[in-house]
Amino acid sequence: MQWEAVIGLEIHAQLATKTKIFSGSSTAFGAEPNSQANIIDLAMPGILPVLNKQAVEMAIKFGLAINSAIPERTTFDRKNYFYPDLPKGYQTTQMATPIVGRGYLDIQLEDGSSKRIAIHHAHLEEDAGKSLHEDFQGMTGVDLNRAGTPLLEIVTEPEMSTAKEAVALLRSIHSIITYLGISDGNMAEGSMRCDANVSVRPKGQEKLGNRCEIKNINSFRFVERAINHEIQRQIEVLEDGGRIAQQTRLYDPDLNETRAMRSKEDANDYRYFPCPDLLPVEIDSAFVQQLKDALPELPEEKRQRFTEQLGLSVYDAGVLSSSRPLADYFDKVVALCGDAQLASNWISGELAAQLNRDGVEITQAAVTPEQFAGILIRLKDDTLSNGAAKQVFAALWAKEGQTADEIIEAKGLKQVTDTGAIEAIIDEILAKNTAQVEQYRAAEPDKRGKMVGFFVGQIMKASKGTANPKAVNELLAKKLNG
Amino acid sequence: MLDLSLTQMAQGLAERKFSSVELTQAFLQRIQIVNPQLNAFITITESQALDAAKAADSQLEKGTATPLTGIPIAHKDLFCTEGVKTSCGSKMLDNFIAPYDAAIVTNLAEAGAVSLGKTNLDEFAMGSSNESSFYGAVKNPWDTQAVAGGSSGGSAAAVAARLVPAATGSDTGGSIRQPAAFCGITGLKPTYGRVSRWGMVAYASSMDQAGPMARSAEDCALMLQHMAGFDARDSTSIEQAVPDYLSQLGNSIQGMTFGLPKEYFAEDLNPQMAERIQAAIKELEKLGAKVKAISLPLTRMAIPAYYVITPAEASSNLSRFDGVRYGYRCEDPKDLEDLYKRSRSEAFGHEVKRRILIGTYALSEGFYDAYYNKAQQIRRLLAEDFQKAFQQVDLIVAPTTPNPAFDLGSKITDPIQMYLEDIYTLGVNLAGLPAISVPAGQINNRPVGLQLIGNHFGESQLLNAAHQFQQVTDHHLQKPALV
Repeated sequence: MQWEAVIGLEIHAQLATKTKIFSGSSTAFGAEPNSQANIIDLAMPGILPVLNKQAVEMAIKFGLAINSAIPERTTFDRKNYFYPDLPKGYQTTQMATPIVGRGYLDIQLEDGSSKRIAIHHAHLEEDAGKSLHEDFQGMTGVDLNRAGTPLLEIVTEPEMSTAKEAVALLRSIHSIITYLGISDGNMAEGSMRCDANVSVRPKGQEKLGNRCEIKNINSFRFVERAINHEIQRQIEVLEDGGRIAQQTRLYDPDLNETRAMRSKEDANDYRYFPCPDLLPVEIDSAFVQQLKDALPELPEEKRQRFTEQLGLSVYDAGVLSSSRPLADYFDKVVALCGDAQLASNWISGELAAQLNRDGVEITQAAVTPEQFAGILIRLKDDTLSNGAAKQVFAALWAKEGQTADEIIEAKGLKQVTDTGAIEAIIDEILAKNTAQVEQYRAAEPDKRGKMVGFFVGQIMKASKGTANPKAVNELLAKKLNG
Repeated sequence: MLDLSLTQMAQGLAERKFSSVELTQAFLQRIQIVNPQLNAFITITESQALDAAKAADSQLEKGTATPLTGIPIAHKDLFCTEGVKTSCGSKMLDNFIAPYDAAIVTNLAEAGAVSLGKTNLDEFAMGSSNESSFYGAVKNPWDTQAVAGGSSGGSAAAVAARLVPAATGSDTGGSIRQPAAFCGITGLKPTYGRVSRWGMVAYASSMDQAGPMARSAEDCALMLQHMAGFDARDSTSIEQAVPDYLSQLGNSIQGMTFGLPKEYFAEDLNPQMAERIQAAIKELEKLGAKVKAISLPLTRMAIPAYYVITPAEASSNLSRFDGVRYGYRCEDPKDLEDLYKRSRSEAFGHEVKRRILIGTYALSEGFYDAYYNKAQQIRRLLAEDFQKAFQQVDLIVAPTTPNPAFDLGSKITDPIQMYLEDIYTLGVNLAGLPAISVPAGQINNRPVGLQLIGNHFGESQLLNAAHQFQQVTDHHLQKPALV
């Protein structure tokens, strides 16, 4: 039987506010346990929450970026359950009227086409603390530093049918939230987490199969593997004549498998009700407009501009628009050197390789966009050969100089286009290699092409890469054949 | 000295007739003698009080005193007080020392008031008789066989018995007004949002409101002056200027219209109570007030609505008492579930458990619409009824309770009967309105309370009308015949 998977995602993005969603405690990562938990985070008797306006603003920005309607009024609800890392015994969240209504995102598929995925809604809520099960001699420690950290939970419609589509959507959301600066999107530190709802059904069937929710997957790679594994597991169960029990499962990246956590029957009754400590938030349309006007160019818009206005391929545009710092770097370089294709080739090539070697992000690149454009300008005006340009890049990266021109000067990398000087080098090389010259002249014309390479190599080496390759080829051909 | 009003005390302090230390010692001595009969205090903070009194005296000397500087008060024991036990009348918090001060505790301390300690209350303010306290019932100073009322029974009894001239209370369904009525004192429940809830341990957040309890409207006005105000830490606090309550007290009530809701004078009302209330209304008429019959048709529905919404909120608010971070923890829990179950079972009393169960049930999947949503609908309609009434009248006048204080132990086994006693006070909380209870005589030595209800932010009018009433009556000057 042909099977079809149906996938929906719930993505938790930690918002990059300075303080928590309902208290003034810092949200910085990695502090001493409980050093960032004040009386509000500890849920002392008598404490009250005050909503962080920055979190509201960030959520609205996200809503605007996914083409969603922002409601005039949004409310908070309590989700009640007991757990030691949930100090109040309830999580303050949004159930009835979330801050971000229905929206959508277009994802790019591998075949170059795009697919529209509807976002059901996104809502604000507070994170829980952490239970620490090690180092407490059979007891459990509770760290409440994370308790009250603002989260934006983004819930998609179940409209993805492969793990790759799910990853594409996750990447798309990742680039939007980082473009907007509302989250650092760091999955390893838990700033972005993903739950996937997966079900399968016979291809063509309308009715959805029973679904399983895979909790807390913390990397793009694991999302793809966990979903693929879960699809396979469900198909195997069904093909063996079994039934899929609706349950929550946990992905184990070490074993690459999902395991049952709890079944639907054990599900809590969360007894949601409106939080009486927080009044409904009225959202002023002028304020929304103000945020809208101030939105940065988003990944999708950038990608379009790169293809339509700058003439890049869909692939190149996709790579360069995937992160805002990378796109900003590219835009600066293009503005200075005026050649988008050249900038794209060099950023995706030489720069990306160097970043990779050093294991650093674009924001930590040792060569500034200005310096980088300086190299490309000299490449375009034939001052530099390709090889010499790479040497200039390496020297700038190693901080051997301030500008491309300075390095070119200091290292004598200026490309030699003076035919007299090139002729002199050619003569010298030919004189040193008389045997090869004889061989060349004796060879059949169709075999000569390969042999030219030897002479060019020697000449470029002797000129330290500065000889203009075009001039070398022309002059060399004349002399050998002459 | 113990019978002086707050204004007279302030005058005495200013004129150096006595010092704050002397005044404080006089009340502390009175507490030593009388409190054992009444059980009004859970904690007496003698040394802190004397330190505060000394500081007040130096302010009085320097001339930097305010009208409350050096005046002894007490706080209901659900307002957090830094470094002092804040028990909420519960075994759950018997070991809890609050790490911070409630907003009103700070406000009153900054105004120079000297706190003598923390008063008894129904456990987590859940009760109408003060019998649900882990520390035992408070006894009514007028008749120690009678309840003091609840939940602010300790504050009411302490003020009535001259253990303090004024105290703080909180009112979620009548918890200031009903004990004030039972103990023959004056108690004001302000508009929801008028006084910050920061540091007041929550029972039902959408109705809890702190207010003053004292012997007269004038004393309540002075207390409220220093309790009220916007607080950015409480999102439900309302940003509106606090009027000068004292300066409005002398206004004439000539021409003011008082509405008499017929539902508050129906068959629930004890006939002797009705007589006292009618006599009080006559006094208001003598002052030039007009009286008009009105109707609040949903009055009886307030009881079920209230006893769905408040337990629902309470069931959530009290979840934090889980034995994990503070408060009571059972011995040797064998696992997490055992820790939760036994800590909560062993430390919460019957009434608290009852309300947590009712509230949990009302919020459960499948029951939510039938209970919680329905109750919220009633709440909205009830608030609309009050608004319609305020289009015709300035204030509403009614009894505070259907009966005077009942005997200790007489209703504790019948919660429904106990809940019905709240019929005249609950509606005000559901609608977020201010109301005041003032003494209006006694029945067999048990006091009767007259209730005035105002529109939102009508505290000035309420205090003014109550003060005018107290200028021509002496019910508030009567005192129980205690030692």
